[in-house]
Amino acid sequence: MRQAFERIAVPALALLASALLFALLLAAYAQVDPFEAFELMYEGAFGSWFSWQNTLTRAAPLILASLCTALPARLGLVIIGNEGALVLGGLAAAAAGVAMGRAPPLLVQVAMCLSGMLLGGLWIALAGALRQWRGVNETISSLLLTYIAIALMNHFVEGPLRDPESLNKPSTAAIGDANTIGTIPGMDVHWGLAFGVVACLLVYLLQRFTTWGFAMQVIGGNPKTARMMGLDVGRYVILACAAGGAAAGLAGTVEVAAVLGRANASLAVGYGYAGILVAFLARHHPLAIVPVAILLGGISASGGLLQRRLDLPDAAVVVLQGIIFVAILASETLYGRLLPRKQES
Amino acid sequence: MTLIGAAHIPPHEGAPTLELLGFSKRFGTLAALDDVSVKVGAGAFHALLGENGAGKSTLVKCAMGYYAADQGQILLNGREVEITHPRQAHELGLGMVYQHFTLVPNMTVLENFVLSREKMPAVVDWASERQLLHDYFSTTPFAVPLDTPVADLAAGQKQKAEILRQLYLKRNLLILDEPTSVLTPDEADEVLSTLKKLTEAKQLTIVTITHKFREVNAFCDTVTVLRRGKLIGTRPTRELDNEIMAEMMIGRRENRVVVEREAHALGEPVLRIAGLSVADQVGQLAVEDLSLEIRAGEIVGVAGVSGNGQRELVETLAGQRHAEAGRILVHGEPYAATRAQMMRHKIACLPEEPLRNACVPEMSVAENMALRSFDQPPASPDGVRLERRPMREVARRLIETYRVKTPGPDAPIRALSGGNVQRAVLARELSSEGDLLIVANPCFGLDFAAVAEIRARIVQARNRGAAVLLVSEDLDEILQLSDRIVVMFDGKLALQTDAAHPDVGAIGRAMAGH
Repeated sequence: MRQAFERIAVPALALLASALLFALLLAAYAQVDPFEAFELMYEGAFGSWFSWQNTLTRAAPLILASLCTALPARLGLVIIGNEGALVLGGLAAAAAGVAMGRAPPLLVQVAMCLSGMLLGGLWIALAGALRQWRGVNETISSLLLTYIAIALMNHFVEGPLRDPESLNKPSTAAIGDANTIGTIPGMDVHWGLAFGVVACLLVYLLQRFTTWGFAMQVIGGNPKTARMMGLDVGRYVILACAAGGAAAGLAGTVEVAAVLGRANASLAVGYGYAGILVAFLARHHPLAIVPVAILLGGISASGGLLQRRLDLPDAAVVVLQGIIFVAILASETLYGRLLPRKQES
Repeated sequence: MTLIGAAHIPPHEGAPTLELLGFSKRFGTLAALDDVSVKVGAGAFHALLGENGAGKSTLVKCAMGYYAADQGQILLNGREVEITHPRQAHELGLGMVYQHFTLVPNMTVLENFVLSREKMPAVVDWASERQLLHDYFSTTPFAVPLDTPVADLAAGQKQKAEILRQLYLKRNLLILDEPTSVLTPDEADEVLSTLKKLTEAKQLTIVTITHKFREVNAFCDTVTVLRRGKLIGTRPTRELDNEIMAEMMIGRRENRVVVEREAHALGEPVLRIAGLSVADQVGQLAVEDLSLEIRAGEIVGVAGVSGNGQRELVETLAGQRHAEAGRILVHGEPYAATRAQMMRHKIACLPEEPLRNACVPEMSVAENMALRSFDQPPASPDGVRLERRPMREVARRLIETYRVKTPGPDAPIRALSGGNVQRAVLARELSSEGDLLIVANPCFGLDFAAVAEIRARIVQARNRGAAVLLVSEDLDEILQLSDRIVVMFDGKLALQTDAAHPDVGAIGRAMAGH
């Protein structure tokens, strides 16, 4: 009971504190009425069907990318290489899409998803393997792997995979309109949102109703006990990392196949990093990821409106994201202290 | 509170006398010290002997101000002093050297010595510090290289540096807590013999905690023996031999309480360990070329002072540590501690501190009870799906059979008391009627009732034909439960003896390395 209360109350408090801080910043530094700003943000994020669709489109890659942190977190790992897996997943998808050319669209789409997931999965599995066999800290290695991933993507879109027609912004060739992943019927939001929701649901079912999920909880809770039970800790670490990386790779695939149409530097605009924030805010709970991603998608969707109406810089919403992240990390210390502790006999 | 001590007594030059009078200290219901008095003469090399938990460490920690004794008086050079904080002990010239090194490994000897001074200047004049220390080392019986990082020193040199630092800080009464446990015998002899010279020159008084009779015989002039918090006696070393010391240490244990053990013929060998070597955290061999066989229906007790490789041995068998060399066979098949093998051979483990070593504290009692069986029916019909209802039902049954006191199967296991956590683990491990039971200090920190019950369960497992490896620091437990006793010393088996007619003296000597 007490724990359930805290699981909701602590993040809520952190969000409230960040809103207050952001309001102070708006009032003191940008000299904008914070109430007006929040009202505009609501309008830009959830005020109309149009803004809802904008929000959901942005939430889709966040949901998938956040699984890259949330899934290994079950084992006690802190993986923050989401951006790298996302970028490489997008690159692999574009390469597959271009290579398959005129094959039946459904086949191309499946191939794009699989190759994006495969490369993203391998990338994070590498961080897991380094940790398991060489004792390398997975947080550092996954972050550094991100820089390598972005450099690799730049190399390929500027070199071997470059479309000679793309002059100003080096890109791969287009995957073609026929192969584009379309929108969910009835709304202007691409299928990536559905992929994300289904993935979260699957992860939830895996964690709650399978022996694998149970084993993961044991490993995350006490690796020493897990070894005594004969559980293959290394295999779980690597597989969970691979699955998380595959989700982020799918996020990149969707960006390429549904939004950008090709792979280029626009893949690395921070969905991966924001995904880390989503995972922490959701406390790595797969079902909490969806609403949290929608909230953060909304914040980023409202950036344009703030810019147009209040003349705030584009980065204002990024600042808010940063404040939220710091507040969430700081609020970790509040667990177990929010309510007066009952005397345990 | 009047502070007598640092302010009034100037630091004493030369070796002081130390008297500890009437020390008592309780931890909860446990009397760690019960009216213990020890007198240490000036320039003495005084040994404190006793088993684990005899109260040696508690006594010296009280003297050093790490613990506040419930009762007790300290006389230094015949005058009463009050020591409530280690800093006061340091000011009075009392210093302590531990079994584990306290120097900062990645700093040089020089840096470490400067660092440990009472008042460190804001700007360090390294040239003059080096000169000072260099001059100082020319007056000491041994020296260590000044500019070598401590991590690069051999163990013996590190311990010398620890002792030199104490002398450098003008401590003239040193308390050594198993100072040689990480040293080779040669290194130990070198360090101890130089200390011996300092005591003979009346520059230093030494109290040393040890388990090794060899060192007591060679270097100590007086021996004080503690047993279960009580003073057994203080006698000059020359009046003692190993036989007497062992007897003082562990007492006569004729009244061996036998837990209804059935006499039966031993079965086939279940566990066979051949030439096993295991490394500890820092990569040194903690278990060396160890071979052991346990047959069905037999409890083999491994006695020994802690830190002689028992932990590493148990962790290797439990699957928590890799062996460097050697073979482990269970039922004649190679055993690599995989889940499938554990399941097939029905291996069960009862480690010490079960909450930390055998549970997931945040998970529920039912989940913790299912750790062995969650991927088997009934909790999982196919190895993939997990059904919580049968899991909970199994747990309910176990809670009842093993009388685990818990608010319910869904309570987090960390909310249970130590004895009930161990009962829950016992229920999980023994309910499979395992063929091989690996037990380590199963009753550590538990109350009387829980101890009796857990020991009875272990004997029951043996009676129905399980092979049991019992590692314990509690010699009584070993004597009470075992069919065969081996003693582990320095990673090797030092002695094997039949438990029906144990030669307690020989066991005690083997535990002390003789």
